[in-house]
Amino acid sequence: MIHFDNVSKRYPGGFEALSQVSFRLPRGKIGYLTGHSGAGKSTLLKLIALIERPSRGQIILDGANLSHISNRHVPYVRRNIGIIFQNHHLLYDRTVFDNVAMPLVIQGYRHREIQSRTRAALDQVGLLSKAKSDPITLSGGEQQRVGIARAIVHKPALLLADEPTGNLDPELSLEIMELFARFNQVGTSVLIASHDLDLIQQLGARALSLKQGRVFDDEISPRDDDAGAA
Amino acid sequence: MRKGPQTNTLLITYFIHHLRVLLGSLGRLTRQPLSTLMTMAVIAIALTLPAGLYLALNNISGLSAGWDSSTKISLFLHTEADEKQARTLLGRLQLHNEIEQVSLISKDQGLEQFKQLSGFGDALEFLESNPLPIVLVIQPIIDPNRPDRIDQLLHELESEKLVELAQLDMQWVKRLYALLEIAHRVIWAIGGLLGLAVLLIVGNTIRLDIQNRRAEIEVSKLIGASNAFIRRPFLYTGFWYGLSGGLLAWLLTTLSLYMLAAPVEKLALLYHSDFQLSGLDSGDTINLIMISCGLGLLGSWLAVGRHLDEIEPS
Repeated sequence: MIHFDNVSKRYPGGFEALSQVSFRLPRGKIGYLTGHSGAGKSTLLKLIALIERPSRGQIILDGANLSHISNRHVPYVRRNIGIIFQNHHLLYDRTVFDNVAMPLVIQGYRHREIQSRTRAALDQVGLLSKAKSDPITLSGGEQQRVGIARAIVHKPALLLADEPTGNLDPELSLEIMELFARFNQVGTSVLIASHDLDLIQQLGARALSLKQGRVFDDEISPRDDDAGAA
Repeated sequence: MRKGPQTNTLLITYFIHHLRVLLGSLGRLTRQPLSTLMTMAVIAIALTLPAGLYLALNNISGLSAGWDSSTKISLFLHTEADEKQARTLLGRLQLHNEIEQVSLISKDQGLEQFKQLSGFGDALEFLESNPLPIVLVIQPIIDPNRPDRIDQLLHELESEKLVELAQLDMQWVKRLYALLEIAHRVIWAIGGLLGLAVLLIVGNTIRLDIQNRRAEIEVSKLIGASNAFIRRPFLYTGFWYGLSGGLLAWLLTTLSLYMLAAPVEKLALLYHSDFQLSGLDSGDTINLIMISCGLGLLGSWLAVGRHLDEIEPS
């Protein structure tokens, strides 16, 4: 699903956020991205979502080389990705339902389909009863789940999450992570950036550890003897 | 990767989406009635001024068209032509279908008038004989759609045997038309400048709108909205500003005209004229509103083009 080949990202000013990062996340797998803040986790996710472009190296996403994607086509790549942010990025001028429905509206789904899919997504995160609420009235954990519902409502092939549990207590964090595991079980590839090593250990998950922009420990790339293909 | 919805339903969905955005942007405007009204009013005032000037010019042109009845052709006959010959010619010309009326100024009448008007009265006493010719004054029938006919008539009259010189007394009409032509250009210039002002007003309003909706634009870009999708509500907002501003401008113009109608009629009556102010006809109204909508759309297009690219998720 994701294939990084010697990817480096240098920001204007000379700071190198990623150096020669290579890894593979096979289709349908779940991977965690760990490291201290500043290790390059967010940069790595931004490169996949085409929010940033690499300075060197190649990124292959679902068989497509991202360096060949023109700015005009960036939106169409992003439509196959669901992105979840630490600060939710919800819009407070509309209801929970309208927030979650946004990706479907953007992609031109019909009214009826928007209704049913949005309700299904809200149901999956357990917030169907809050569909008509204003997001501002929800708790932090609930807001994060609205963000997740929005990321999965159009059934993307890949889910990216940047510190999705950053502001949550351990119990809620575990709940959120289990939610991701459930989406993964139905075939969605998932990449989650988190600095919460305890939580990842608790989940017994495989992680790619970054340290100062370099791969420190890679447990997610398939070994040569593994059959999984990127 | 997964595909979007089916292609055959895409067109309908696209249309419905446009309709929804159109109404959605209208709804957004009505939720901030005060600022919307202020923008509308500024646009309307900027458009009312040139529209009003245009109307004034139209009315003046209409008025001067009525004055064409005072256009006269003076036929100076050969000095040797006597009054009897002149009367025969007069009789013949009166039957001409492009001539309204002919009157004759005899040599003596002409001398009398000349004495009164020129101030050479005493000097003329010393003349042995009357040097003035007989003059036939002709009031032609003017077809406003065919101004060239008058020149043809002039040539025709000049070719008469008795006629020495045919002079069209139209100088002042020509001057008036020249003045109107200048006024026309001035109105175009003012209209152009105020149109530019409308562009800037709409552009600035949309720019503020874009800034206020920064979060929404960022999120939309992150979840795969194309630039066209993000641009659309702002373009429709510009369209609504243009449409409402244009309608308001029409209302203001019509109201001002209504207020002026009575005093103008009074003035016209004093001049024994049945002149009446004419308002914007349906063609003018459609033009006004189309120009206004166009300016609204263009203004928002420019603003969106400039400012939307600046907002990228980070």
